[in-house]
Amino acid sequence: MTTEAGEILRVSDLRTYFPVRSHGLIPHVVGQVKAVDGVSFTVGSAETLGLVGESGSGKTTVARSVLMLVRPTGGEIVIDGQEITHLSSKALMPMRRKAQMIFQDPYNALNPRHTVGGIIGAPYRIQGIQPPGGVRTAVQALMERVGLNPEHYNRYPNEFSGGQRQRIGIARAIALRPKLIVCDEPVSALDVSIQAQIINLLRDLQHEFGLSYLFVAHDLAVVRQISHRVAVMYLGHLMEMAPRNTIYAAPLHPYTHSLLSAVPIPDPVLQKGRSRIMLEGDLPSPINPPSGCVFRTRCFQAQERCSVEVPPLVELEPGHYVACHFPVATLPAGVGIARDVLETEPGVSASGLQPAGGQVSSAQLDSLPADDRPDSTPLRPQERVRRSR
Amino acid sequence: MTTSGGPTENPFLEIKDLAVAFPTEDGLVRAVEGVSLSIERGRTLAIVGESGSGKSVTAQAIMGLIDRKSAKMTGEIWLDGQELVGMPADELQALRGGKVAMIFQDPMSSLHPFYRVGSQITEAINAHRKMGAKAARAIALDMLRRVGIPAADRRIDDYPHQLSGGMRQRVMIAMALINAPELLIADEPTTALDVTVQAQILELIASLQGEFGITVIMITHDLGIVADVADEVAVMYGGRIVEVAPTGVLYAQPEMPYTLGLLSSIPRMDRELSERLEPIPGNPPSPISLPPGCVFQPRCTYSDRVAAGACLNVRPELLETSAGHLVRCHLPAEERRQISRDVLNVLAGGS
Ligand SMILES: Nc1ncnc2c1ncn2[C@@H]1O[C@H](COP(=O)(O)OP(=O)(O)O)[C@@H](O)[C@H]1O
Ligand SMILES: Nc1ncnc2c1ncn2[C@@H]1O[C@H](COP(=O)(O)OP(=O)(O)O)[C@@H](O)[C@H]1O
Ligand code: SF4
Ligand SMILES: [Mg+2]
Ligand SMILES: [Mg+2]
Repeated sequence: MTTEAGEILRVSDLRTYFPVRSHGLIPHVVGQVKAVDGVSFTVGSAETLGLVGESGSGKTTVARSVLMLVRPTGGEIVIDGQEITHLSSKALMPMRRKAQMIFQDPYNALNPRHTVGGIIGAPYRIQGIQPPGGVRTAVQALMERVGLNPEHYNRYPNEFSGGQRQRIGIARAIALRPKLIVCDEPVSALDVSIQAQIINLLRDLQHEFGLSYLFVAHDLAVVRQISHRVAVMYLGHLMEMAPRNTIYAAPLHPYTHSLLSAVPIPDPVLQKGRSRIMLEGDLPSPINPPSGCVFRTRCFQAQERCSVEVPPLVELEPGHYVACHFPVATLPAGVGIARDVLETEPGVSASGLQPAGGQVSSAQLDSLPADDRPDSTPLRPQERVRRSR
Repeated sequence: MTTSGGPTENPFLEIKDLAVAFPTEDGLVRAVEGVSLSIERGRTLAIVGESGSGKSVTAQAIMGLIDRKSAKMTGEIWLDGQELVGMPADELQALRGGKVAMIFQDPMSSLHPFYRVGSQITEAINAHRKMGAKAARAIALDMLRRVGIPAADRRIDDYPHQLSGGMRQRVMIAMALINAPELLIADEPTTALDVTVQAQILELIASLQGEFGITVIMITHDLGIVADVADEVAVMYGGRIVEVAPTGVLYAQPEMPYTLGLLSSIPRMDRELSERLEPIPGNPPSPISLPPGCVFQPRCTYSDRVAAGACLNVRPELLETSAGHLVRCHLPAEERRQISRDVLNVLAGGS
């Protein structure tokens, strides 16, 4: 398989399992953590795909697998036209020019014994590239570009604040002018005022260099700000994927509804009048995932069928993929966020994507092939949908 | 809420001019300076601010957790008629876990890894009242049920590591509530949790507050949580309170430029998307070398509108701008309000 025109990354049926070993004298494999279990998506040129989900859902494993920092158990990864899962570490080297990574923790991701200049210039040395004007000139230009003082070339990471360290990580990632940057929670550890600076920087770099991002984060408001499309992950599986405005204004998966309703909104009038969908308990163990739909043990829509049949990820409307037997378009009044505000948003221009628009009408559902048609059963009695107070 | 004058009846908790400083090798860390606050019984006060602004140190001061040998602490803290700053250590000890309780971001800061959760809770009971083992266990079990631990009769004999993060958080809350505290200080209790579990915990605190009439101080950096739980809000920056207001007022008519900066920095789901966020420029100040005037001045985009460079040289005071609304800023009130209207208008999608 190759990437289509305008597509920088194609991930097909990605599976990454980790062995679970016993602790005995002779450790042996007693099971598998199915951290990622059959995930497929694409990222377009100059596009940002946001990947959200609770911790433990497998986001980091997807991010690391895409760059072969962990070897996938199965599936295909195509970066800029080239399938990479079969490549040796050495054969992966040219790929690393095209795809780079930014990590969450600006404190741990940088070698404390190297100067900032050394850290940002490392990709040139590793790849044996001599940039025009020399490494130092190129690195200082990068420092300037990401908002660092080029005179701090010889300083060490511990002399910088969290936000500045993240800028160092970004400068290193863009040094080789990659096409794709995989960002794993790049602003999660930062205070809000610094977080906003970094989000703006990533946005500007995208426009300037035509960068594509796979942007992993658990903060739904941050992901909305930066993404053109959003994929929602749960226990190793994609639950829903759609253009940004569709995910936030017209989600169909019960898990997406639950996540959105749980985010407190910084407006006391709106927030105090809202209700949450309470998800019971925690994420189940990925060693022993529930049968059928992995979300069913916490789902307010779950029925008999959900425990026996795995719901496939189906394109219910153009570009809007949902893995659910009983998707919901409309929640009871007061649950979720103020849709009227969100639905008036202008389309996304950067990638030419348009929001898929309103909610799935019954006519649209009827036009689906019988096998793909979700059962449209009304929301069950509301025992799990509680008023905030 | 007021900090001076105020009603004739004393508030449940009143802090007057609190200052905490830590001498270190690098210099004196002025963690908290001139903090004055008051809370009425049964209300929820949120303290919001970025990391390093002095939120946790303020909480530790109320809890009597500041080490008086290594730190300098001045000011007054009045809790229900008792002054805490000068209180002997053993009396403070008796208050902690009794009348006042605290929960943290990391539940393992309250839980011992080697003891079963049930015995840790019964120990907390026995520290404050004497009763038989059976009775104590029954009370512990009841509380574990109330905080929503499923199969509590089995979980009570678990060790902390056998529980998920959300469940450990609930156990810590159960332990904090076991002696029916009147004041609960929650220091970023959900920061390490997923939004789904955060929703459970916030709901739990709200329902327990309703049930027991507890006064709550909620410390957070999340303006969404503030909007959700707080009756009043204190915004902290550089070790001081820079704005205090009833929650509705703080979001509708914020006046301190830092508060406006925070509101402009956060991406939010309830508004039309703007292409760019409007971050506060620069970085927070070091508590070792605070700016001599307004601590926010180096990052403030409005300080040039104040005459005679006052922002650079003179510490502004926290002054009342309307009933219950206090602001620490040199800008004239009319100018602040105009700036606020303009900024909020842009945020709302106008221009
Ligand atoms: N190297 C590893 N060995 C074993 N299990 C792992 C490893 N990395 C991740 N996991 C497990 O895989 C699951 C998904 O983890 P992760 O990808 O980090 O999720 P997220 O980033 O969404 O929080 C978790 O259950 C985690 O414990
Ligand atoms: N025991 C201590 N010794 C020295 N400095 C401290 C100590 N405790 C806190 N500080 C400093 O005091 C300032 C305020 O800290 P804190 O109250 O924890 O901030 P917040 O909770 O708002 O993030 C920070 O600069 C912090 O580093
Ligand atoms: S398939 Fe069933 S359990 Fe899964 S999300 Fe849909 S309704 Fe819920
Ligand atoms: Mg992760
Ligand atoms: Mg703190």
